[in-house]
Amino acid sequence: MNIINIEHIAKVYQVGDVEVHALQDVSLRIDQNEYVAIMGPSGSGKSTLMNMLGCLDTPSYGKYEFKDKNVSLMSDNELAGIRNKEIGFVFQTFNLLPRSDALHNVELPLIYAGIDKQERKERARQALINVGLEDRIHHKPNELSGGQRQRVAIARALVSNPAIILADEPTGNLDSKTGEEIMLLCHEIHKKGNTIILVTHEEDIAKHAARIVRLKDGRIEKDELVPNRYIPSVKNSTINFG
Amino acid sequence: MISNKIDTVLFELREGLIIAWQAIRANKVRSFLTMLGIIIGISSVVLMTTAIKGIDASFQKGISALGTDVLYIDKWAWFTNEEWWKMRNRRKITMDDYHKFAEMAQLPLATAPVTNAARKVRYGDNVIENVILNGSSSDYVKTTNFTFDEGRFYNEIESKGSRYVAVVGSEVAKKLFTHGSGLDKYIKIGGVEFRVCGILTEQGSFILGSFNPDNQVFIPIGTIFKHFLNEEWGTITINVRAKNPSMIADTKAEAEGIMRKVRGLKFHQEDDFSVNQQEGLMSNYNTVVGVIQIAGLFITGLSLFVGAIGIMNIMFVSVKERTKEIGVRKAIGAKKRTILSQFLLESSVICLLGGLVGLLIAVIASLLLDKFFPTSIQISAVIIAMSVALITGIIAGLAPAYTAAKLDPVEALRYE
Ligand SMILES: Nc1ncnc2c1ncn2[C@@H]1O[C@H](COP(=O)(O)OP(=O)(O)OP(=O)(O)O)[C@@H](O)[C@H]1O
Ligand SMILES: [Mg+2]
Repeated sequence: MNIINIEHIAKVYQVGDVEVHALQDVSLRIDQNEYVAIMGPSGSGKSTLMNMLGCLDTPSYGKYEFKDKNVSLMSDNELAGIRNKEIGFVFQTFNLLPRSDALHNVELPLIYAGIDKQERKERARQALINVGLEDRIHHKPNELSGGQRQRVAIARALVSNPAIILADEPTGNLDSKTGEEIMLLCHEIHKKGNTIILVTHEEDIAKHAARIVRLKDGRIEKDELVPNRYIPSVKNSTINFG
Repeated sequence: MISNKIDTVLFELREGLIIAWQAIRANKVRSFLTMLGIIIGISSVVLMTTAIKGIDASFQKGISALGTDVLYIDKWAWFTNEEWWKMRNRRKITMDDYHKFAEMAQLPLATAPVTNAARKVRYGDNVIENVILNGSSSDYVKTTNFTFDEGRFYNEIESKGSRYVAVVGSEVAKKLFTHGSGLDKYIKIGGVEFRVCGILTEQGSFILGSFNPDNQVFIPIGTIFKHFLNEEWGTITINVRAKNPSMIADTKAEAEGIMRKVRGLKFHQEDDFSVNQQEGLMSNYNTVVGVIQIAGLFITGLSLFVGAIGIMNIMFVSVKERTKEIGVRKAIGAKKRTILSQFLLESSVICLLGGLVGLLIAVIASLLLDKFFPTSIQISAVIIAMSVALITGIIAGLAPAYTAAKLDPVEALRYE
């Protein structure tokens, strides 16, 4: 099933007198349960595209359909609702609330979804267990390692059972071993049936995906399936993903 | 459907409160400093209303002890703008004037000559300096509403015989007789020995100032002239009590006529005496209350204004500091109004906390003030204070909260 359908979108930023074309004439379709990596040099528009896909931003031109609904026509509140229920964000810098513990961070999307306390706590706890953090539930972000913080962020992205996970350089701030653990987690999540779109500029990371979209100067340069896809081994997994 | 909507609003309110509380706790010192203006504002508004209520109650009590239907014929006009040097040149009012007046006056319930001095009063080791000493006749008590804890007022025989008997006010008695009853004890007034024949119940209050009988001593007028004042030099006041409040005007008119006759004034001559009334006291009192009210409102308004500016400022800082957090919240589904209410709640909670602290301070202060006049915190004052705090919080939080709510999520997330 087709989840994302963008046609000829462009994003133009006005900086003083100069028009910056962050995206130009980009068309892309992404189906349910795809695993897509977006690659490209710095400044090529990867983050801009991700923000668009994640309904954080709307295109200057072109059409964006999310689950057959035209996003360009939605109000701010409707966009917030889509972000809350259909999209899970994972950021390079984790972006957890520093003063709240892991459980409360994971609960947050459910709070905005208006889910009552008991169910919320239970689901947040389960999400933390699923990413292997059952013994870190009441730790604050500054009491966690980088990898653990990113797992909290992933648990937060997953907790409301979104249609897609958008990860903008999720391993960018992690060492390669920890990065590999996070990628294993993504693999598990994908296997469970989720749609994952991740931005990276590391070929090794991108190889986890089944499809790579390459951007250059705001245009899609290449859109190809990965021939020798890397499947992480579950043997050395520390994660008990159910 | 509607109940569902209310549910969501209540839910968001509760969650918002929790978030606000966390934010306030994270910056305890800053939050407290921000609250100072509100604390001062709220405590002053509560204290002001409490003080006015207290002053009012004690004034009413005091004024009725003095009797609202009493006229005071004096050389001086008590509450007037008339030039004092004019009155200074008036002839003094003498005991002779009084006797003539008392004989002719038909309307009064009672009349009494009064004069006073200030003397040291001693009982054993207990000494009070500068006690107001009233000399009068036994009829004086009929011009007041005095009630007695013990004993009675001196009687006609004692008065006419210029005996050494004294009636003491409640405050004086409290200070002199630290152990046991003071009745029939002998006290020294200005070195002269007197027997205490009566002790007054607490009558008035501080607002009456020198009118307050609680701090006074009453002795026969003949005795005061014998030992403490020279009858030839001093002037006296004639207290005249009307039969009832509705007769005051008639009694006053009669008193003025008789006094002119007694003083031998020709028709073209001005009065060389004044007939005073407590209305003057009342207008004095109203001025006092008015001043307190204006000062209180000024302090309240100013500190609430400063407090509101402070809170607005701190909320702007808070929004700036938490730009990234706002971006994250928006990314995971917070709506504009969720962010708006989060910050509005935060500033309201700060103000309400400030209001509570202010209230607490006002309660403590009013307990301390209770030593001087009866106070009790009014429920209405509490409600007003808390609503004022809440409104201040909402107004101060409005602009910062709106700024936060309309932040662009992408920009906010990029903010470092
Ligand atoms: N708010 C903005 N205002 C102006 N120009 C912008 C804005 N956001 C992005 N751009 C420009 O758009 C282009 C694409 O930016 P984007 O952040 O999408 O790149 P990226 O591919 O994610 O780069 P990186 O790998 O460094 O993260 C850049 O040239 C950037 O300068
Ligand atoms: Mg980027």
